[in-house]
Amino acid sequence: MSSTEVSKIEELANKEYKYGFVTDIETDSLPKGLNEDIIRQLSVKKNEPEFMLEWRLKAYRHWLTMKEPHWANVQYSPVNYQDLSYYSAPKKKPTLKSLDEVDPELLEVYKKLGISLDEQKRLTGVAVDAVFDSVSVATTFKDKLNEMGIIFCSFSDAVQNHQELVKKYLGSVVPYTDNFYAALNSAVFSDGSFAYIPKGVRCPMELSTYFRINAANTGQFERTLIVADEGSYVSYLEGCTAPIRDENQLHAAVVELITLDNAQIKYSTVQNWYPGDKEGKGGIYNFVTKRGACRGVNSKISWTQVETGSAITWKYPSCILQGDNSIGEFYSVALTNNRQQADTGTKMIHLGKNTRSTIISKGISAGRSQNSYRGLVKIAKKAENARNFSQCDSLLLGDKCGAHTFPYLEINNPGAKVEHEATTSKIGEDQIFYLNQRGISTEEAIGLIVNGYCKEVFAELPMEFAVEATKLLSVSLEGSVG
Amino acid sequence: MLEIKNLHAGIEGNEILKGIDLKVNAGEVHAIMGPNGSGKSTLAQVLAGREGYVVTEGEVTYNGKNLLDLATEDRAREGVFLAFQYPVEIPGVSNTNLLKTALNEIRKYRGEEELDTMEFLSLIKEKMKLVELDQKFLSRSVNEGFSGGEKKRNEIFQMAVLQPKLAILDETDSGLDIDALKIVANGVNKLRSKDNATILVTHYQRLLNYIVPDFVHVLYNGKIVKSGGKELAFKLEELGYDWVKNGKSEEVVNH
Repeated sequence: MSSTEVSKIEELANKEYKYGFVTDIETDSLPKGLNEDIIRQLSVKKNEPEFMLEWRLKAYRHWLTMKEPHWANVQYSPVNYQDLSYYSAPKKKPTLKSLDEVDPELLEVYKKLGISLDEQKRLTGVAVDAVFDSVSVATTFKDKLNEMGIIFCSFSDAVQNHQELVKKYLGSVVPYTDNFYAALNSAVFSDGSFAYIPKGVRCPMELSTYFRINAANTGQFERTLIVADEGSYVSYLEGCTAPIRDENQLHAAVVELITLDNAQIKYSTVQNWYPGDKEGKGGIYNFVTKRGACRGVNSKISWTQVETGSAITWKYPSCILQGDNSIGEFYSVALTNNRQQADTGTKMIHLGKNTRSTIISKGISAGRSQNSYRGLVKIAKKAENARNFSQCDSLLLGDKCGAHTFPYLEINNPGAKVEHEATTSKIGEDQIFYLNQRGISTEEAIGLIVNGYCKEVFAELPMEFAVEATKLLSVSLEGSVG
Repeated sequence: MLEIKNLHAGIEGNEILKGIDLKVNAGEVHAIMGPNGSGKSTLAQVLAGREGYVVTEGEVTYNGKNLLDLATEDRAREGVFLAFQYPVEIPGVSNTNLLKTALNEIRKYRGEEELDTMEFLSLIKEKMKLVELDQKFLSRSVNEGFSGGEKKRNEIFQMAVLQPKLAILDETDSGLDIDALKIVANGVNKLRSKDNATILVTHYQRLLNYIVPDFVHVLYNGKIVKSGGKELAFKLEELGYDWVKNGKSEEVVNH
């Protein structure tokens, strides 16, 4: 690599994180530390029914028996779970009837983020639920969705108003015993989003959640539950940012998706949590459990993720293909720069007959980052005629970063067809020269090449998200060339 | 348009060009011929501004500017175009996307308005006919899975869209069958005008049957050892490069 390219990369890599502002809002927080008493207080604050508290306590007691997992290809100093506050909420009580009642400072924050909560969103057809630190602040378009029987609200609202649905589905895909972070989340989750699409309804707009961590020393533990009843369809978008802080902040979310017969959920994430500075100081620990269950026949769950942020990412959006003919898809772009570490991938568990899954993973590593794909394809004994296609590509920008692929296969049915393709490539000096010679600057050339490389995944994103993702890649990375 | 004076250049400490002098005026086509390893491609790369090639002596003036001072992309924006001997594949980037980005970067540099999608599409549809490329070709990734002939036609197509002032064709004839060669040559000929100039870098005389040069230069061991009109190419074809290797350098034709 030539010296001008190196300096170009450094210049690009040093671009600042533009969502790093802190908002001074009065918050109502619980003291630091975690014990049964804290969980009780949390539950009281949220005015929860008894079953919720019981569930939290069971999860907590189970969590105490578990050890933080260290099998992922990431390194970090241990998290002190007693040094975190498990609840932080803007002080005004967020039992809001309309946007007029939302704290104007908060609205200002979302404006800065480019998320307008107001009805302007009608134009783009996106309904937004915004989670600020721990609580859901506003849900737009509630009424319009209500008319169609679609429930889209904060998780807290769902616990109050749709208890039966919550009771029935909460923890049914990711039980609190599932893993260390899922258990922790189950014990202390403070809010999140809930959506229910009734039978035969095609949700007319994209549903969207925007997560923001603002307060220092706060963990964000949100919980998302989406149920698509028979023959329904919904597309769900999730976006995230956080302010720049020197300390690491923990984000341990759980997302559960359920599709019944002939239903479909498309779940798209653009994750841009603060990644830490270029020496690796600060940044979000993003330890997330996302899983969908295709319970019904002919149902389908697609995960599309663009992961550019966080100091450490540990997440495996997965599909349990239970219903016959059900389909699971995973499309991922994971970009790491500077000292970021990502260990991400998916699990496709084939249980039903004629189940199909597709995995397209595009890893991009720059700077001194480490980027791992980890994926499991499991074909159960009774999963006749199951099929999987996996493609895992790694792109290296520079020579100080790493890309790793850990594919796991467990095939218990001889009729299964499983294909796996993997490539590792570098942005070539010859590609850059070719584009330079056509009048394109090195920065733009790298943007073109990287976006071209991610094309198959971006094609799966809803239009406006794809535009955002393209820009995000060009900004947050653009390091390059080996 | 282009004036090269006593150009010495090399790569990794090896001097390959050992004092090139060449003057190219608008409206002219110059062919640079020579045996393998004579420095033909190096000259093309140095003019285009490839990283890694170091100029140790001499100067290159292009339309009154010191070409060697310009960044690679700025040379392109000033109208220097290199048709690559080995066009590079760029997966996932469509031909349309590349061309639109390139054309608008060049227009921006020149203070012209960027073309909108409709204007751009009508421009490229017109230019595609020059090299007989199919419409489907536009949405394909740049050079990915192209045959040798398609790659070369793509270079000429890009040239037609970007409308350079100085086009350098590096071994554009290599790997082409006779039909593809005719298509490529035809494209180049249609783009010839009194305002632009072309440098053809080639090993064989064959291409010059279809693109008739105004001047032919023979490059050997990093120097231009013979210059002449198009008849020089025939003589080379007949006598082979041994003729220049063994012979004394004859007088240089001025132009």
